[in-house]
Amino acid sequence: MDLYEYQAKDLFAAHDVPVLPGDVATTPAEAKAIAERFGQTVVVKAQVKTGGRGKAGGVKLAETPDETEVKAEAILGLDIKGHIVHRVLVTPASDIAEEYYFSFLLDRANRTFLAMASVEGGMDIEEVAATKPEALAKVPVDAITGVDRAKADEIVAAAKFPAEVADQVADVIVKLWETFVSEDATLVEVNPLVRDPEGKIVALDGKVTLDENASFRHPAHEALVDKQAEDPLEAKAKAKGLNYVKLDGQVGIIGNGAGLVMSTLDVVAYAGEKHKGVKPANFLDIGGGASAEVMANGLDIILHDPDVRSVFVNVFGGITACDAVANGIVAALGILGDEAKKPLVVRLDGNNVEEGRRILAEANHPLVTVVDTMDNAADKAAELAAAGV
Amino acid sequence: MAIFITKDSKVIVQGMTGAEGTKHTKRMLASGTNIVGGVNPRKAGEKVDFDGTVLPVFGSVAEAMEATGADVTVIFVPPAFAKAAVIEAIDAGIGLAVVITEGIPVHDTAAFWAHAVATGNKTRIIGPNCPGLISPGQSNAGIIPANISGAGKIGLVSKSGTLTYQMMYELRDFGFSTAIGIGGDPIIGTTHIDALAAFEADPDTAAIVMIGEIGGDAEERAAAYVKENVTKPVVGYVAGFTAPEGKTMGHAGAIVSGSAGTAQAKKEALEAAGVKVGKTPSETAALMREIMQSIG
Repeated sequence: MDLYEYQAKDLFAAHDVPVLPGDVATTPAEAKAIAERFGQTVVVKAQVKTGGRGKAGGVKLAETPDETEVKAEAILGLDIKGHIVHRVLVTPASDIAEEYYFSFLLDRANRTFLAMASVEGGMDIEEVAATKPEALAKVPVDAITGVDRAKADEIVAAAKFPAEVADQVADVIVKLWETFVSEDATLVEVNPLVRDPEGKIVALDGKVTLDENASFRHPAHEALVDKQAEDPLEAKAKAKGLNYVKLDGQVGIIGNGAGLVMSTLDVVAYAGEKHKGVKPANFLDIGGGASAEVMANGLDIILHDPDVRSVFVNVFGGITACDAVANGIVAALGILGDEAKKPLVVRLDGNNVEEGRRILAEANHPLVTVVDTMDNAADKAAELAAAGV
Repeated sequence: MAIFITKDSKVIVQGMTGAEGTKHTKRMLASGTNIVGGVNPRKAGEKVDFDGTVLPVFGSVAEAMEATGADVTVIFVPPAFAKAAVIEAIDAGIGLAVVITEGIPVHDTAAFWAHAVATGNKTRIIGPNCPGLISPGQSNAGIIPANISGAGKIGLVSKSGTLTYQMMYELRDFGFSTAIGIGGDPIIGTTHIDALAAFEADPDTAAIVMIGEIGGDAEERAAAYVKENVTKPVVGYVAGFTAPEGKTMGHAGAIVSGSAGTAQAKKEALEAAGVKVGKTPSETAALMREIMQSIG
């Protein structure tokens, strides 16, 4: 789960990483009130989970409370790369002497963690990495020994931080590591980390990604989920324990196993090229044990997606037998009754497939078409979706 | 001969008495795997009857190894306890630990991997979040259904469980030396490269299918490895061309971040290394079919 800047900074503050004060506003009037409280020039920053806010007009300076209101008005509701701005962070403007970059992240290739630091902060770090790789220090961090003061000093030296800030930066690095570990983060990024004219080091902007697999030991993280920004179908699926991602096509997809479902999306997209360009409408993995109830929950979500024109159920019976899946589909359609209106294309293979196909043939449901291969079934589902476009 | 597990493998199950552990111990036994016991400190000394096969429960992996000579452990313990279970297996010095558990925090996986490295890499770790591996007709360590395909000369390595099953099904008339699901988490023990190296060295493997998916750059690194080190024919498949940026697609590791980890980049890297890449699972199987027919 990615956090908003203000949430990341709250976590930083909780772990004694120096940040500027700031408050979140959802209306221009609230933004004005916050600026009045600070009584100085402020920065109004769009809170969206994507980069490039500045270029998109999502970060503005305001000298007075009235100007803050105007700037907040302009930023709230902006569409930044498909992310609508619902909140702004109002924070005192600060003078910056120097900008640096720092992050801890997962190094998948080396199966460990990595510290990345640069004295050339403030800009897109991917660009620094591409154009000036020597300016970006990458220091592997052992998952067991972690980052103590000595390790932090090593990182500071590798990135060539100026001597006058080395102590402070090392101290901040140790605290960021504490944040990274104790919050089960997979990314903690500060860009920019700044030195102000008085020589003090401050985390001016922050980005944090939390590991959802660790939520069982972080009950407080639940409160960081932005329910308002969640897609309603995704929220509904999550509440039912389903692994669902909304996409922008017309063919609803249900399958078992993440890899097979990703593959199904691709095969449907290829088939769609021949059928008015229809595309997959979602990712939905019902997992290994496709009981009637899970199948009904999955179909319920997909059939309530107004974009869906047809549904492709693609199951390979591995641990689950195909007869159980077929019974699940028949029972699900029974539960949904008249709410089920869209055509279903079903492809079953694997464990007990003959019995599964027999059950579907016997049920002879008017909405269900059984097709024998994944490619042919994808083609049929795309054709049916195109007919409804 | 197969890779990593053979008919001589002696398998124990950590978490054998839990619901998943019980179900899959039965299935592994039914497919002929030599399971010699289970581990659960709270039930040490008990015996469990699996449809006529009575297995002892030990208090620790070390005790189980001492008593049975076990060299493989399959781990079904819940996410919160998985790190301790894997570290216990490593400390006992077992040769192979297959971690089936899904949903382990990545900091825990990083910790047990670092522990394995720090103690000299004596234990091969497969997974986590994987279906395990099967050498058909010999041994089955994990949850791959044994009835999909018999033994043969194709080696299969995949991040995904169900795509493993799908590919085994498509190529069941040729059969497999070993099929191994390495798991869909961001950090995994055994990689595509490890499996490719083992298949290359295995005299009973004639050709290799490699299945990848979006996220990370394991496929790109595997492609570079194939180019330099693999002489046997390799066919590839990559899932997730239509996955949007920034969304996790079921597997914790399956995410396109910015421009990194796309299916297109992986496909291009594999093709540049001389690997034929199928557009769909069936096309991939057809490519392998041609190779196997030409080998004869």
